[in-house]
Amino acid sequence: MSLTPNNKSQKLYTLPGDDVRQIMWRFAERFDLQMAVQGARSVARGPVARLVADGARNSHDWTEAKNGLLKAFDESGITSVFMDPEFGGFIEGPKNLALALVAFELAWVDGGSATCSLAGCLALAPIHERGTPEQRKEYMSRCVPAQPGEDREVWRGAFSLTEPLPYVGVDASMLGGRIRVSEWKDGEEPLIQVEKRGRFITNMDFANFVTAAVGSDDERIKGSCMVILEETDPGTFDRGTATKKLVHQLSSTRDPVFSLTVPANRIIGGYTIQDGVIVPNYSHGEVIEAVFKRTRVTVGLMTAAKLLSAIEPVIRYQRQRFRGGTVSAPGSPRFDLGLQQKEDVLHRLIDVWATGEAATSLGFEAARVFDEVDPREKERDAYFEANGISTGREKLKALRKLEEQALEFLKLAAEPEGLRDGARYEELKADRMVQFMLLDSQANVLCPACKLWNTGHGANVMREAVSLMGGYGITEDCPGFLGQKWMDAQLEATYEGPEAVQRRQLTVTMANRVFLAQFKNWIREMRSIAGKKPGSGACNLASAMELWLWTVDHLQVATDAEGVKLYKGQRQGVTFPLADALCWLLAARYQILDVLELEEKGPNNPIVAEGLEGYLNFFTDLCHVQSAAAAGEVGRICAELVYGYNRHPSWDGKNSESCFQPSDLAVLEGVIPGISGAAENYSDVVDEDFVPRKAGPCVRFDGYEEFARLRAKLDGCLTGSRLAKDRAAAALVDVMIPEALDYPE
Amino acid sequence: MSGGYHIVVCGGIVPDPLQTLEPAVGPTGPALRNEMMLPAVLDPWAGHALFEAANLAKSQPGSKVWWVSMGPKAKLQQLMMSMGQKVPFELVALDGSASGFTESAEVAAALAEAISSIPDLDQSRLLLIGGWESASRGAGSTLQIVGERLGIVDQFQGVDEVSVQEDGSLKLLERVEGGKHQISVCTAPPIVVGWATGKLPEPPNNPQIGMMNMRTVMPALQRAKAVQVGTGSLNFVSVRLPEQRRSTRIVKDATVEEIAQEIVEWIKD
Ligand SMILES: Cc1cc2nc3c(=O)[nH]c(=O)nc-3n(C[C@H](O)[C@H](O)[C@H](O)COP(=O)(O)OP(=O)(O)OC[C@H]3O[C@@H](n4cnc5c(N)ncnc54)[C@H](O)[C@@H]3O)c2cc1C
Repeated sequence: MSLTPNNKSQKLYTLPGDDVRQIMWRFAERFDLQMAVQGARSVARGPVARLVADGARNSHDWTEAKNGLLKAFDESGITSVFMDPEFGGFIEGPKNLALALVAFELAWVDGGSATCSLAGCLALAPIHERGTPEQRKEYMSRCVPAQPGEDREVWRGAFSLTEPLPYVGVDASMLGGRIRVSEWKDGEEPLIQVEKRGRFITNMDFANFVTAAVGSDDERIKGSCMVILEETDPGTFDRGTATKKLVHQLSSTRDPVFSLTVPANRIIGGYTIQDGVIVPNYSHGEVIEAVFKRTRVTVGLMTAAKLLSAIEPVIRYQRQRFRGGTVSAPGSPRFDLGLQQKEDVLHRLIDVWATGEAATSLGFEAARVFDEVDPREKERDAYFEANGISTGREKLKALRKLEEQALEFLKLAAEPEGLRDGARYEELKADRMVQFMLLDSQANVLCPACKLWNTGHGANVMREAVSLMGGYGITEDCPGFLGQKWMDAQLEATYEGPEAVQRRQLTVTMANRVFLAQFKNWIREMRSIAGKKPGSGACNLASAMELWLWTVDHLQVATDAEGVKLYKGQRQGVTFPLADALCWLLAARYQILDVLELEEKGPNNPIVAEGLEGYLNFFTDLCHVQSAAAAGEVGRICAELVYGYNRHPSWDGKNSESCFQPSDLAVLEGVIPGISGAAENYSDVVDEDFVPRKAGPCVRFDGYEEFARLRAKLDGCLTGSRLAKDRAAAALVDVMIPEALDYPE
Repeated sequence: MSGGYHIVVCGGIVPDPLQTLEPAVGPTGPALRNEMMLPAVLDPWAGHALFEAANLAKSQPGSKVWWVSMGPKAKLQQLMMSMGQKVPFELVALDGSASGFTESAEVAAALAEAISSIPDLDQSRLLLIGGWESASRGAGSTLQIVGERLGIVDQFQGVDEVSVQEDGSLKLLERVEGGKHQISVCTAPPIVVGWATGKLPEPPNNPQIGMMNMRTVMPALQRAKAVQVGTGSLNFVSVRLPEQRRSTRIVKDATVEEIAQEIVEWIKD
């Protein structure tokens, strides 16, 4: 990587275009993905934007006009992005990045349209991930849009997990949906009766099939599973009432009721019969784990897209705010700069932009990691099979061994090249299973992290963007539909598992040893980036990462004032904020890495090369701004957790023993002249007449010195971050933007 | 036409008209400010030509479409990611300036040379198609010169319709004044057709077509010859934008009546 200090003189000339983004988000070499982006964009900024501009969001019903979107998705290739070429798709290999890019493009204009398209993939995902080969072929081929010359209806699906209260919501184990054997003739496929009610089920207005989570209500069926229900199955396929949702109105949502008889071969992933009992090959939990692991990433990117989509309309609004009428004359600063004369609006827009960059970087990295994990997961399964590893216990044992090797590899990787055991390092580096362990542990963190941070924090920041538009922001007429995007973000933070679900998952995955060992290496990586590229915020970020890691290590062994363990599942007050803090760090890290990628690859593209220095200067400043925000957040969270569970020392009792008495000081004054005056700097001075003006003696806990040192260092590392913000803000005043948004308002 | 036509479409790129287009003096003469960095689109006239060409090729079995385009290679590549999904073609790319300030004769010479070197191109089946003018230069001369250089003397400009008649002759409608068309019949290629708007909408993106096109698009871009085209003997004394203030709004699919009504209201205002 060639890293050169930036030429600070070059400005940001234009908003970054596709050429720049393709490099940063690593699909400059993938023309299939670039085409998918263009296809999705043409739909987003065409029919989708027109629907929103025409007020189609103002009804809960699935209208003819909204239904037209499905055709647009089919024609433009959006529907077939999910499909493998053998079933009529056009993208080879894993499709996480492809789907993420499509969701990003659609959500740039309207989140509901993205939901509508993605819900079809979500319905197919259980079949794709865990279905039998026959199920996969059957449903994938039906859902692929008809090719020229073919005359058939395209099938659409819905994914039905959530149930009416008090059943499935955040807790997916509380299944109300039931299955029983209804008929089982000797030598024939058993028939099963499915009773399932869904709540808030997307695509329900038009779904031809539903993948539904159900539990057994019959001793002849074991556990739970997911089943495929078709609209023509005998029984009731009631689409139910439409949800009166306030958001994502370009998607269909209903509360359906199913009471259907289906053959047992609709159990996703198949089943075996053991001692007269139908044993599904996968429980519903196993299926949804495999599904959500991937699909949540795309949701995270939807909110990220909105943040970045807000930049251009806000700049335009700011500049044009005082044009026309008599309040300002052309050529005057007020006319030319409008609201951009005011520092705060620029600074806040920089916050929105920096968050958008970080969220997008985090999201696309997650998608790319899954693209790498997907084939390796299959290799892992093949490895198990080849080595006769079949039971859960054997698998766990094998994974533990791989985990040790992964840790060994990371240790070697951290050692200087000349000094480490090079042969062993190379051996482990070439070991696909060891590398799988590294990637898998990252994926398990990145997915919930981007779903959690991008949507949750993203929704908060989207509110800032709306504020920058003043009253306009909360009207339907706001250019860029910012008000709607803000509201929509709340759904993104909710469906496919609300924030609590993601925090719960992070509680487990962020404590994984392989992940933490990598995280430790990333701190070193950030320091070395900081050395070569000062001003990127990498140093600041490294210090924040160090503080977080210290805090995790500490909390894993620490107890609260009552002696109760702090880091454990039920202690969400500890683990959840730690999870939040980690997300800030990860997002800022990937943001920096994407800018480095641009720095490295940009010069090879003549178009990008022309304005490269300007982009790099600006993006580097944004990184610094974001790292500073992350550092602030992490510092606050860690300090609260490290100190907050201790009881405050009080004036009475043994805590006050460390305080100076005036009589002690008088004696000490003879030995250490001046101590009476300085004592207050070291401890509290109390005497009989003492009237407390604070909660107790100042806190000094043994073993926390390192934390205090790291935190003080972190604060110092903020140096320069506001200068970066000033520079970035100044760039907003000069950057050239198009004359108008490229979609209707 | 037995065996179909060999249709060569000349189509360049222009800066996205939504962008702020501000003349500036660059190292090689006049240019638009930040032109390289601004997104580009297919010249709208050339777009009509391309879609009409593809339509004609589809209706005449055995026909083939080549799209010859000169522009900065990386910009052409971006354009291909959207335009390359719309209709089937084989790309012939030239890596050179797409600026509206270049001398059209120089551009035409480069295009004519590229067309002459297309292997297997049969001049007796050749329809040379393009826009009757471009959105960047608007001189309306490039295509004519390409035709002349290739020795094609039957030229039609401002064309809105080409149809193949039963006897194999081509019927062409050229725009004349007053919303009228001049109708010509031409017995056989080669001909030059400079399209006005035609009648076809922009086809939707189809990634299947895209994947097929990309098999030739990417290699064509890789081997694109670098071409130097400049302002020739032209000397620009001054370059400036029209004085009026521009106020742009994106509305899609408005009817002619709605557009006319809005203009009337605007004038009345
Ligand atoms: C428009 C829309 C479309 C949807 N589409 C689909 C779909 O297609 N298919 C589908 O199956 N579902 C769908 N859903 C359902 C969605 O996934 C659920 O609403 C979501 O998972 C949350 O479940 P719940 O609403 O029951 O919330 P609850 O389970 O009641 O949770 C409410 C809140 O309580 C807290 N909480 C709950 N449990 C815990 C815990 N263990 N720890 C800490 N805090 C906790 C959290 O703050 C949480 O946000 C959709 C929802 C909407 C609104």
